[in-house]
Amino acid sequence: MITREDVAHISWLASIEVAENEKDDFVEQFNSVLDYFHQLDEVDTENVEPTYRAVELVNVFREDVAGKSLPQEVSLQNAPKREDGYFRSPRIV
Amino acid sequence: MIFMLKELKEKLSTESAEDYICSLFDKIKKSNLNAYNILAEEYAIKRAQEFDKYPWGGLMAGVPIAIKSSISTKNIETNCSSRILQGYIPPYDAHVIEQLKKEGAIVLGKTNMDEFAMGTSTETSYFGTTHNPWDFNSVPGGSSGGSAAAVSAEEAPCSLGSDTGGSIRCPASFCGIVGLKPTYGLVSRYGLIAYANSLEQIGPLTTSVEDTALILEVIAGHDWRDSTSLESEGGYLGDLDAGVQGLKCGIPKEYFGEGVDEKVERSVWDAISKLEDLGASWEQVSLPHTKYALASYYIIAMSEASSNLARFDGLRYGLREGIDKDWHTTFSEIRAAGFGPEVKRRVLLGTYALSAGYYGRYYLKAQKVRTLIKNDFQRVFKDIDVLVTPTMPFPAFKIGERIQDPLSLYMADVFTVPINLSGVPAISLPCGFADNLPVGLQIIGNHLQENAILRVAKAYEDATPHHTVKPEGVV
Repeated sequence: MITREDVAHISWLASIEVAENEKDDFVEQFNSVLDYFHQLDEVDTENVEPTYRAVELVNVFREDVAGKSLPQEVSLQNAPKREDGYFRSPRIV
Repeated sequence: MIFMLKELKEKLSTESAEDYICSLFDKIKKSNLNAYNILAEEYAIKRAQEFDKYPWGGLMAGVPIAIKSSISTKNIETNCSSRILQGYIPPYDAHVIEQLKKEGAIVLGKTNMDEFAMGTSTETSYFGTTHNPWDFNSVPGGSSGGSAAAVSAEEAPCSLGSDTGGSIRCPASFCGIVGLKPTYGLVSRYGLIAYANSLEQIGPLTTSVEDTALILEVIAGHDWRDSTSLESEGGYLGDLDAGVQGLKCGIPKEYFGEGVDEKVERSVWDAISKLEDLGASWEQVSLPHTKYALASYYIIAMSEASSNLARFDGLRYGLREGIDKDWHTTFSEIRAAGFGPEVKRRVLLGTYALSAGYYGRYYLKAQKVRTLIKNDFQRVFKDIDVLVTPTMPFPAFKIGERIQDPLSLYMADVFTVPINLSGVPAISLPCGFADNLPVGLQIIGNHLQENAILRVAKAYEDATPHHTVKPEGVV
């Protein structure tokens, strides 16, 4: 069972703030969806390998040659905050 | 009047491309369907004028096309119908857009969709829901609802969508048009804004099977920038009229019966009889793990989404509001303001499924079940050529009917998600009506058997009138 505390923890992990008044709705919806997911418990998957890719490809190599990059001003054109040719981030420390 | 692309190309080469494109924009502006969220009017008209002056060649010379808002278009806003990407102008084209431009197509605008392609109804768009051209109060399906509504209502002759768990085939079915999800890897995902990258493919939505084959010819093929990209053998137009004589169809019993609308089921059986008349044979087959596909799909899609959507932090692009606080608080607030409720639900649940202690129970388990689902398909394709099923268990539902209960909305995807889990190709095309709403027929092939499903679809389309019936009264 997911609780309000679990929702707060997941919200921190996912970096999405969840308001107090949203928590009860999420608790209810998450439990109903997870309940549904638990039907997989009845499937015997002993000795079954997982499928991460529907079409298997292995070792796609290319030559390690430097290509053309986006010019700096183009890379920055969508940044909401920038300064001296850099992205401006919030404080880290 | 909408034309098949072949006719349209002829018309454009002798008449005015500008007039045609202007007539489309007139129509779009008068429409209240909300199929588009961005129009590239100035760009498209300028291209049409250039075409009229110095016509160029190519498989889609002068042909306008609408593009889903999840596919990057250089210098044209690409917002994924999300607040967090409102105003984002990609500095480059997706691979499919490069290919379309190479063959002479002209981008009309960007179509509305479920936010980040998460939905089955286009109701989760930040820019409002899109309406179904057949019934204003019904959903167009999703997540490529705008791409399907635009083509169905003749606001574009063709469009591109993306399909992660049915997002091309569902709206094609609900809006009475043709839509194809190619084999995983056949079309490059470079420039597609990722939702669940091990499942999704870009594909065409059109009014005819031939047009779908034409666009596939243009967009399929290897691209080094997508490491899952495959070579295309092409030739999708060459084989179209080969017919179905001697072809073996499998009818999976799990796709009929309980939960399927009676009229939908009847239309699909009528279609199977028609294929039999045309020389195909059919037999019942079983895909025993079908009932576990939805749970497996949603765990995988949500988990991949939680990782893919971590990039939206308001730093390099997208929404940035409020005063900067510490790193984590700033990003958490931006993401809370920028994502809608369904996106939050999926990212949060995906984060939970991947978190310490739960990985084995959810994500790994879902990937193992995925193997069993894929094996079901591989086993039946040893004996049969294509599978024939309903695309959706019911016709379009009313706007607002399911959106409050996420699980009931997820259930609508029951016949489309197994195809994405297995990576096989499938097409949806019109096969009749239930209560005046279109019904879609799904034809599924083995990996890279696009030619086979297109051939079956074309034979069926040639022998039936459903695709010629158009919605009325839509302005």
